Amino acid sequence: MSFAETILDYAVNIALVILSISFILTIIRIVRGPTLPDRILGLDMLVAAAIGFIAVIGIKTGYILYIDIAIALGLVGFLATVAFARFVLSRGKTEDELLREAKTAAEAARKKSRDEEKRVAKALKREKRLSR
Amino acid sequence: MIDDFITLLSAAFVLIGAFFALVASIGLLRLPDLYSRMHAASKAGTMGSGLMLIALAVHAADSGVFARALAGVVFFLLTAPISAHLLAKAAYAVGYRLGPSAVRDEMAGQDTENPR
Repeated sequence: MSFAETILDYAVNIALVILSISFILTIIRIVRGPTLPDRILGLDMLVAAAIGFIAVIGIKTGYILYIDIAIALGLVGFLATVAFARFVLSRGKTEDELLREAKTAAEAARKKSRDEEKRVAKALKREKRLSR
Repeated sequence: MIDDFITLLSAAFVLIGAFFALVASIGLLRLPDLYSRMHAASKAGTMGSGLMLIALAVHAADSGVFARALAGVVFFLLTAPISAHLLAKAAYAVGYRLGPSAVRDEMAGQDTENPR
């Protein structure tokens, strides 16, 4: 093995380590969120990192056919991001708004059940009085 | 001699590409809001994967592989800004606000749902 090939071997191994770190950092962002577009962006970045992985593995193994997989993966990643962006647009609400709506609905339901309880208790009392 | 040069060039591209991918993911983790994260992920991320594809093409030293790698790079360069812009536009129109450290929102007050 010549000097240059040894260098390439080291470079490929270092690149795989760096890409793994990058992958993990992106996954931390996806898990943390905090919003849906952040996670979509993380997915986009994950696809880019995966393409890099495929290219580096292609160099390491010398199996050149991987490049077609990289192109197909790029296409799928693009379409996924576009579809998710359309979903964000059609949902039309941020997480904060959804949370606020849920809280308002829960509050209303709690109030309604309290009123109902009061009404039932009153009716029961009246019934008891009448039967006496 | 020229083979050694090509191998070293490919090694350099691989390392630089991996470095860019790392920078992109650090930016994704550290920047304050969605729009600045988008700037890190779509520019540095595309640069990283594109450089690694070019490294593969240089290493293979075959015209067919080179053409395919170049097509892949051009494809990513075309689609990354489109998807990032689409996501940013959707997020802004829905109402995801800028981060607390943002100084100025030049799109504030514009009708983002129905632009002219």
